[in-house]
Amino acid sequence: MPKGVPRYWREIQQRYNLVANKCGACNRVYFPPRELCPYCRRESLGKMEKLKLSGKGEILSYTIIHVGPDDFVEQVPYPVAIIQMDEGPKLTAQIVDCNIDDLHIGMKVESVFRKIQQDGSTGAIYYGYKFKPVK
Amino acid sequence: MTDIGIVSYGGSIPRLRIKAEELANVWGKDGTRIAKGLGIAEKSVPSIDQDTATISVEAARYALKRCNINPQDIGSIYIGSESHPYAVKPTGTIVGDAIGATPDLMVADYEFACKAGTAGVQNCYSNVKADLVKYGLAIGADTAQAAPGDALEFSAAAGGAAFIIGKKDVIATINHTYSYSTDTPDFWRRAEQKYPRHGGRFTGEPAYFKHVTNASTKMMEIAGTTPQDYDYAVFHQPNAKFPLKEAKILGFTKEQVLPGLKVSYIGNTYSGASLVGLAGVLDIAKAGDQILVTSYGSGAGSDSFDITVTENMKSYDRSKAPLIDDMINDKEYISYGVYAKYTDLLYWE
Amino acid sequence: MRDVAVIGVGLTKFGELWDKSFRQLTAEAGSKAILDSGITGKDIDGLYIGSMSSGRFVGQEHVGALVADASGFSHLHIPATRLEGACASGSLALRQGYLSIASGVNDVVVVGGIEKMNDVGGSAATETLATASDQEWEAFFGATFPGLYAMIAKRHMHEFGTTKEDLAHVAVKNHANGAKNPYAQYQKEISLEMAMNAAPVAEPLGLMDCSPVTDGAAAVVLCAIDRINEFEGKPAKIIGSGQASDTLSLHGRRDITTLDATVYAAKMAYKQANLQPKDIDFAEVHDCFTIAEICAIEDLGFVKKGEGGKAVQNKITTFDGTIPVNTSGGLKSKGHPVGATGVAQIVELTKQLRGEADKRQLKDARYGLAHNVGGSGATCVVHIMEAM
Repeated sequence: MPKGVPRYWREIQQRYNLVANKCGACNRVYFPPRELCPYCRRESLGKMEKLKLSGKGEILSYTIIHVGPDDFVEQVPYPVAIIQMDEGPKLTAQIVDCNIDDLHIGMKVESVFRKIQQDGSTGAIYYGYKFKPVK
Repeated sequence: MTDIGIVSYGGSIPRLRIKAEELANVWGKDGTRIAKGLGIAEKSVPSIDQDTATISVEAARYALKRCNINPQDIGSIYIGSESHPYAVKPTGTIVGDAIGATPDLMVADYEFACKAGTAGVQNCYSNVKADLVKYGLAIGADTAQAAPGDALEFSAAAGGAAFIIGKKDVIATINHTYSYSTDTPDFWRRAEQKYPRHGGRFTGEPAYFKHVTNASTKMMEIAGTTPQDYDYAVFHQPNAKFPLKEAKILGFTKEQVLPGLKVSYIGNTYSGASLVGLAGVLDIAKAGDQILVTSYGSGAGSDSFDITVTENMKSYDRSKAPLIDDMINDKEYISYGVYAKYTDLLYWE
Repeated sequence: MRDVAVIGVGLTKFGELWDKSFRQLTAEAGSKAILDSGITGKDIDGLYIGSMSSGRFVGQEHVGALVADASGFSHLHIPATRLEGACASGSLALRQGYLSIASGVNDVVVVGGIEKMNDVGGSAATETLATASDQEWEAFFGATFPGLYAMIAKRHMHEFGTTKEDLAHVAVKNHANGAKNPYAQYQKEISLEMAMNAAPVAEPLGLMDCSPVTDGAAAVVLCAIDRINEFEGKPAKIIGSGQASDTLSLHGRRDITTLDATVYAAKMAYKQANLQPKDIDFAEVHDCFTIAEICAIEDLGFVKKGEGGKAVQNKITTFDGTIPVNTSGGLKSKGHPVGATGVAQIVELTKQLRGEADKRQLKDARYGLAHNVGGSGATCVVHIMEAM
């Protein structure tokens, strides 16, 4: 993926702090934030409010990646999951600090700050969210 | 006694561990003997996605969880490490954005071998004392690199601790701080090099012991105290032997030092070491307890602190974040091969 | 709206075609289709090309013009357009070509799908395929394309009791079909055991659950119904065309185990064709992964939601079943040159409806359905064809 730094910088608040937004008209929460609510549309213009997610969620589905992309080759095998956040939105992220055998649909997880990938040994390092089981 | 001190703290220790025996077997050495000699049974290893920035963020977030501070009121962040992810581009701003302290913020990254974290504490203390900031955040964290086969491979570990310094709701006052520094080249790493080098036995008496002893002695003179006045003493811990020997030299008992001695379980977390030790002590300290902390950084220098735990500790809720011992006990062992992969010992394109 | 028929089809072999370049594949499929149809260059009103990522595979964009050129049509200055919808690129091209005739603008068009994936090497191919997913919010965090479908599979297993063996049956069936297809990448049967024990790619999917990296091209000639008698190519009518979109990311979907885009595209096509799922005699569905076929037959209405896993064992989608699926061998055995797939499905439908499917010929095939998906379900195109 083209590694331009502005693209990653723009989304630091999403990657570091799970900053979503909420439609002021219908209260649906979106992550990543949307310019307008797909359901309220023009009614939501100017009414989208920032909302920091708590970081807590639940696994809806997961897989263990054995054949990874170049940027992740040293991490295989690693778990990736679709997580439903407590506030509503769903996202895709790696699961860490968990025995692969303990992974299950419905497992409660919380976000942690980790290195996601980097642009080789000379480029920028990209940090963001991963999730670990709630003890 | 001043009213400036620690308002909240938090630690971060990676879960992975490698045993001394596992390391020793690769080099045909006797792991049991080495473990006994150093007093280090196993050390922490950062996972492939952990580095000084992630450890610092986790420690800072835990510190914030335990108090009610608005991160926007943090006016300065100083992170001390020997393994900042970038040689140029501060770890401090990554943490700043990750905890919501930006943009009204003073930031700089610190380096002074293993005492860069305590130097950060001193700077935050000064900022607060000068009323320049409401709160300062000081972090000491490292993912230390050791050359394969070198003695340091048994101790170079990963971890860190974060301290929020301020004037309000202080749980432990920093009454005095004193530093003793000289140009002593006992351990160093040249700019483009991957691994440090050290002077072998030269790192003992003329380096560690000289600076820790002098700093601690002068600190107690300034504070008007003797070893008996302290409930706890935390010394920099490159292994378990040095701080225990230092305790003897100064006149502290084993009981005063052991609670702050974490190296046996996680190795030397370098810039995190003294601060992790202090965090471990604060995990069990009570109001009125007196703590002496003296760090050591090669090159060389020691920062010493005279600390008193306040009444506010009674209402401080540590349970909002894991204790140092909780993190020490939350572990997973790995083999040397996995260790080599994660600590970047394998050459590949 | 006018009716449209397919009057010519052409296909290259699918596989690792080291000797054939993007341009050569284009010319081969295109000329075969044109010869089959009986049209000449002068009859062509437009070219519609599906290619997912010529840019990353062969460093070449501006593919509409390239195809016109490689086909020898530049001097005729035929309008040439490239459509992209990840793995649905081919059928998007087909639909646009179809609409251009149905709407009365064109009379005769050539639709082609091409992908040349093997010039770049395995991991580059995998990363390029991942651009079908959400780059910022899926791929960036380490989710691979097989990983996404694996999560669909895991959830399907959790909700409906689908098993790894169910997935393996799909692969076995499709290889058995592909073994009879001279154009298929893999013309060998596989055993259930092989399919179940293959090396893991993204659990629960293993190597035998995943379609391969393939070079290939397919082309069809479309003609307005009122002009088909001018040309010798045997026609088959397109009676329904549907298309739908959904969230780019899998996690954004309403339901992870249902491709709503399939449901809506199919609805559109069924409505236009005035047919129900049970009227369909056979189908080519998008089995980029075995689980995709299971979901497809559910979402197309051939079986109830949750019952797709047993469709092979219950002899519903087998060659001799009530609705044979992927007689061509599917993406799994035939191969998946991404942009070509959607068009290749139409080639198979046409051959079956014409009675030219050789060893794969179904008896009494009157209505065929082609189902093509982009990414993890963000785009879906469905076409229904009828024998003439």
